[in-house]
Amino acid sequence: MPKRTDIHKILIIGAGPIIISQGCEFDYSGTQACKALKEEGYEVVLINSNPATIMTDPDMADRTYIEPVTPETVAKIVERERPCAILPTLGGQTGLNTAIQVAEMGILEKYGVEMIGASIPSIRKAEDRDLFRQAMHKIGLRIPRSGIATDMDQCRSIAADIGFPIIIRPSFTLGGTGGGVAYNAEDLDMIAKAGLDASMITQVMLEESVLGWKEYELEVMRDHNDNVVIICSIENLDPMGVHTGDSITVAPAQTLTDKEYQRMRNAAIAILREIGVDTGGSNVQFAIHPDTGEMIVVEMNPRVSRSSALASKATGYPIAKIAAKLAVGYTLDEIPNDITGETMASFEPTIDYCVVKIPRWTFEKFPETQDYLTTAMKSVGETMSIGRTFKEALQKGLRSLEIGRYGIGGDGKDPAAAPTRGEIEQHLATPNSKRIFYLRHALQRGMDIRSIYELTRIDPWFLDQIRQIVDMEQAIAESGNEISQSLLREAKATGFSDIQIASLTGSSEHAVKNRRRAQGVLPVYKLVDTCAAEFQAATPYYYSTYETENEARVSDRKKVMILGGGPNRIGQGIEFDYCCVHASFALREEGIESIMVNSNPETVSTDYDTSDKLYFEPLTREDVLHIVETEKPFGVIVQFGGQTPLNLSTPLFKAGVPILGTQPESIDRAEDRKLFQAMLHKLGLIQPENGTATSVAEAVAVAETIGYPVVVRPSYVLGGRAMKIVYDPSELESFTLLAIAASPDHPVLIDKFLEDAIEVDVDAISDGTATIIGGIMEHIEEAGIHSGDSACVLPPYSLKPEILEEITRATKAMAAELNVIGLMNVQYAVKNDSLFVLEVNPRASRTIPFVSKATGVPLAKLATKIMLGKTLKALGLITEKVPSHISVKEAVMPFNRFPDVDTLLGPEMKSTGEVMGIDEDLGSAYAKAQLGAGQNIPLDGTVFISVKDRDKPGALIVARQLYEIGFALMTTRGTGLYFENNGIPSRVVNKVSVGRPHVVDAIMNREIQLILNTGFGNETKRDGYHLRRAAIKYNIPYTTTLAGALALAKAIAAMKQKDLSVKSLQEY
Amino acid sequence: MKKAILALEDGRTFDCRCFTGSGESGGEAVFNTSMTGYQEVLTDPSYRGQVVTMTYPLVGNYGVNPEDVESDRIQVSAFVVREYQDFPSNFRSKGTLADYLKGQHVMGIDGLDTRALTLHLRNSGAMRVFISTEDPDPLSCVEKAKGLPSMIGLDLASVVSTRLPYRWMQNEIFPIENPARALTSNIWKHRSRLRSVVAFDFGMKYNILRCLEHSGCEVVVVPAATTADTIRAMAPDGIFLSNGPGDPEPVDYAVQTIRELLGYRPIFGICLGIQILGLAMGGKTYKLKFGHRGANQPVKNLKTGRIEITSQNHGFAVDIATLNPDDAEITHVNLNDRTLEGFRHRTLPAFAVQYHPEASPGPQDAQYLFDEFTRLMAGR
Ligand SMILES: Nc1ncnc2c1ncn2[C@@H]1O[C@H](COP(=O)(O)OP(=O)(O)O)[C@@H](O)[C@H]1O
Ligand SMILES: Nc1ncnc2c1ncn2[C@@H]1O[C@H](COP(=O)(O)OP(=O)(O)O)[C@@H](O)[C@H]1O
Ligand SMILES: [Mg+2]
Ligand SMILES: [Mg+2]
Repeated sequence: MPKRTDIHKILIIGAGPIIISQGCEFDYSGTQACKALKEEGYEVVLINSNPATIMTDPDMADRTYIEPVTPETVAKIVERERPCAILPTLGGQTGLNTAIQVAEMGILEKYGVEMIGASIPSIRKAEDRDLFRQAMHKIGLRIPRSGIATDMDQCRSIAADIGFPIIIRPSFTLGGTGGGVAYNAEDLDMIAKAGLDASMITQVMLEESVLGWKEYELEVMRDHNDNVVIICSIENLDPMGVHTGDSITVAPAQTLTDKEYQRMRNAAIAILREIGVDTGGSNVQFAIHPDTGEMIVVEMNPRVSRSSALASKATGYPIAKIAAKLAVGYTLDEIPNDITGETMASFEPTIDYCVVKIPRWTFEKFPETQDYLTTAMKSVGETMSIGRTFKEALQKGLRSLEIGRYGIGGDGKDPAAAPTRGEIEQHLATPNSKRIFYLRHALQRGMDIRSIYELTRIDPWFLDQIRQIVDMEQAIAESGNEISQSLLREAKATGFSDIQIASLTGSSEHAVKNRRRAQGVLPVYKLVDTCAAEFQAATPYYYSTYETENEARVSDRKKVMILGGGPNRIGQGIEFDYCCVHASFALREEGIESIMVNSNPETVSTDYDTSDKLYFEPLTREDVLHIVETEKPFGVIVQFGGQTPLNLSTPLFKAGVPILGTQPESIDRAEDRKLFQAMLHKLGLIQPENGTATSVAEAVAVAETIGYPVVVRPSYVLGGRAMKIVYDPSELESFTLLAIAASPDHPVLIDKFLEDAIEVDVDAISDGTATIIGGIMEHIEEAGIHSGDSACVLPPYSLKPEILEEITRATKAMAAELNVIGLMNVQYAVKNDSLFVLEVNPRASRTIPFVSKATGVPLAKLATKIMLGKTLKALGLITEKVPSHISVKEAVMPFNRFPDVDTLLGPEMKSTGEVMGIDEDLGSAYAKAQLGAGQNIPLDGTVFISVKDRDKPGALIVARQLYEIGFALMTTRGTGLYFENNGIPSRVVNKVSVGRPHVVDAIMNREIQLILNTGFGNETKRDGYHLRRAAIKYNIPYTTTLAGALALAKAIAAMKQKDLSVKSLQEY
Repeated sequence: MKKAILALEDGRTFDCRCFTGSGESGGEAVFNTSMTGYQEVLTDPSYRGQVVTMTYPLVGNYGVNPEDVESDRIQVSAFVVREYQDFPSNFRSKGTLADYLKGQHVMGIDGLDTRALTLHLRNSGAMRVFISTEDPDPLSCVEKAKGLPSMIGLDLASVVSTRLPYRWMQNEIFPIENPARALTSNIWKHRSRLRSVVAFDFGMKYNILRCLEHSGCEVVVVPAATTADTIRAMAPDGIFLSNGPGDPEPVDYAVQTIRELLGYRPIFGICLGIQILGLAMGGKTYKLKFGHRGANQPVKNLKTGRIEITSQNHGFAVDIATLNPDDAEITHVNLNDRTLEGFRHRTLPAFAVQYHPEASPGPQDAQYLFDEFTRLMAGR
């Protein structure tokens, strides 16, 4: 059946901000859907609050609403746009949930809007545990036995008949907090209690445990003619009990016979039919008993998912694109397979390589949380790697992780002292982010596969693969640097990097490479073609491996290579992928061949049709140089992918690779403290007093001279990693040690900490002669809170014109001095009307997408063209563009995923994503940003205020404002007294440390609707901590800064005054 | 592991390793794109005389077991993979692939760029290959490859077909002694309950028999050369034509028999079976460039418009153009290359498919065909 002509306007719901378990894979799927529907001639309306997405680029949809992804907003958009249909299956769980709520509001009937892709009943059937159980029962499939409990007695009786261990899943909590595994009655009492009060409706589900079973996923597609195909099978290396998102996973399934695979395939198809997903992609998870083969259904997601993005990249089959086309009526046999060009989408991809996905965690940023993995996802990103053997793919994946490792071991980065048997067993038995490395330690210590299996339940097949890697490591080490050609070849085919081989043979990376060259041990590039070479592939999507035949088709066109950002992690996320994608688009516009290199499967940059060529490879010097040597590009772009490629610029430059745009030595001048200072001095700019130290003693000395408080941090790390504000020498000492550990070969930087300063972020673009300010962003939170974590406003709302002029002048002067060609980002602090330079990044920054959307100037694209020799003038960018409307960026925090971390913000970045709020006034724009970030804003009720003395005057202003618009006040004693003396009445409540009933009780009793709490002095730190955790748990809006509170008060006032309206990007 | 040379008749050679000891072997080089089911592939009689390369690089992962066999022996001449896995892990595994191959003196080869080999076969077509651990000279290996018999004109069906007729019950074979007397209408034990089916064995896969039994048939398997008179003497409810290796044309005796039996009883053919039925109905067959071998071939059922993901293994096909439209109705086509996947006789009770509804290995989307066969018999 051809596409539907009875609908012409379709609303796509995006996934909103990047959060743990909902990453940029939904920008990838959403972007594909927008493109697919537009190319079919449909009018596409889009809602997504995430400005860093490609899908929210003005030309991706006909109407783009950067508004909070909430039912209310969607309702408003529906009313305004009157779409014929809503497509809810591409925006992750957020998209799905929002769609359901919109339906429940009766909006669909009211405006005659049809839900396409998945019907409400089918979504419910898949999401509601009970309906799902009934459905599975109907088709003779088993799911874990379970029961719903609302009090401890029920918990105990359910546990009694299910038995231990038992999985506890609280209903309706954020990110599965309060859930866990109980191994005995005691655990049960503890965890179930926690679960019950973590749950907003005091309800938990207790589920039969299948811990240690093998976990599998199938990606399935169905069209409305009931044609079903399986796109990919995925086997988890980590067994049931570790969330798939936290598991190392492999495609295709490795340890299933055809009989077992077909059984699973039939089950998946039966499930899609029974649930009634009439069109699109779904993901079905299974558990298989390792000894009996018994099969259990874990869950099914009636939408595209993280795994479908992975499956698309692993096979070359564009699930989201096809899903969108199926949703508008096509059948699988009517949609061509772009990769082969000659065949249709109605087939099952078959692959002739092995794909490994490895999660990227950031436990180092949350020292208070234990590094262990369970049924709730904790990773913030992932890498994918492709090899012709599992061993090759695994090691490529590990060196793609950006954790300073170059393989599973023997890379010179192993712990100095080999871990003890005890440490090893402990790290094997409790899943954690380092377990894969401990598998190697265990084998090297002579533990046998059987006993490792007993501890980990990782399938022996995988353990044996790692054993083979360990054996190879041994062989390499023994061969010494007279390593033979055949062993060298084998080592490379086993995924060993030159750095590993060098450190194992006591040689250097350079020497190993030369030796390989001399012996002709070089990689070849093979195609990802969906069909294992049965048909000619049309799209050049490559991976490297060590075999004989090279399939890279090198054109003689002028080509430019773009280095991507690698795995998402806190501090380096989707924003950088956005810039890389724009670079690629710009190259296309300039008629230059674009070559993308990246290892992140969630991204748009790794979509096969984003660039002319895609190399799915690790972003290490070795891997990148190989591609350069094959493609011989005219130049390489390193300033868009964040710190990862930036750190490669010097090595590549030294290897003779032409770097486009700002040159490495300029990058060094900005990153190297001494050079940087010299430059500022030359330009008559000031920075906070500072010094560097390579030892604790030096550090203390420096601090003495510039005076406390100081900011300590290592150089060359993005995202304020290992960075802290210290108030006294003892803190300084302990921290300096940490900092040195985080980045040994770089000095520790010590700055005077500017208290109560306003932070400003500036993005600029320069062609070497002229510089244009892309945008000046005034932070809401004061300096001291990482730029990535603080809300910011464009244009600035309180800075004096003179300061703005000075900022502009300083920025242009630095751009000229560094002869920046392309983008540059500067962070300033403004204190008592003087301007301090905090840092300069001669590269695309996290805020480029935000600025581009706020001003409508596609900075990344323009910068690309400038790097190719165009001038700003030629590109028509001659004056700054300062929009009349207000844009607010707010950061989104992962605290609900890390139950025990404090939510106080600081100089170390912790946010995973951001949202944008646009409106005519600050209050409304800020309100939208808060709503978009998932913060519910109360319009009345009680506000709890408790602040440190320094903040009391400021808090008074907030209190008065809220009081005047009808809020009741609750305070702790000190704050209450201060308010009373200033004529503001408030009800005083105990701090937790004082005794009950205390503020947390009040929160539990729903007596508090809003919280303002600035960090106490250390003595009552715990108080603030309990308070802030309770706020998270009960989802009560809170702010930990005065500035934030003031803005929030503005927002509330604005919302009380008028209902928030919606307006599309195209209309601004 | 011993070094080996894999030499193609057109002169292309690959250095590789033998993971089953040493030896020499040869045949027609073909590739299979299924990612699972290597044991079923090894034992599929349709692979007789062929050197099979799996495109999925890691093979041996789940070992071998006694259940997943499609005939009583390994049928391939040699088995070629990228990286043999000698540490099987699966709850049903009873041993390693290497021992299994060794046990039946079949060469296992790995350590070569199997994707390069596959691309070569895709571009130049299936061709003869010679593999040796003994002859270190590539050129002489190429000569030996050239010396091998070609598939075309070779009657392999008679080679793999059963010598004695047999009954199939619950996965077991019960040979029928002195067929001359035994093959009469009295041979059926369950006429009342089950459909009596005579199955011509041109290289029968066990799973076909399992499927027939599953859909209510009592099956007696007879040699490829069994005559029409014998069949009539048995007075079955239906006649089944099995899959099998190689070129259908030299199997002219069976073509003749089926021509005689057309219309006598409902006929159902699979793979080589459709080719024999096609020839019997006056059609022609031809050799595909490199054939269809895999578990992901999309086939459109023209009656329902539905797509079946099918398991396939054939190098020859019936030429649609040569079928007389008055007799033959095309029922299935391949969505990749539009080749013939199924037809039925317009007036007589006979139908056949080119692909493998019994799957094994592969998707089971098309098992409904066995029930169509029983329905056809019932409708008689
Ligand atoms: N009954 C169970 N026993 C053991 N582990 C389980 C069980 N159910 C789920 N898990 C683990 O928890 C993870 C998350 O569960 P899942 O139902 O997939 O929720 P989500 O919607 O977060 O993906 C799974 O990937 C699996 O590893
Ligand atoms: N001297 C200082 N005084 C006040 N705040 C500072 C100072 N130095 C850094 N900060 C705060 O720390 C944050 C991170 O520092 P920055 O130099 O930007 O590191 P990163 O490379 O992580 O962006 C800044 O956004 C700012 O809020
Ligand atoms: Mg899941
Ligand atoms: Mg910064």
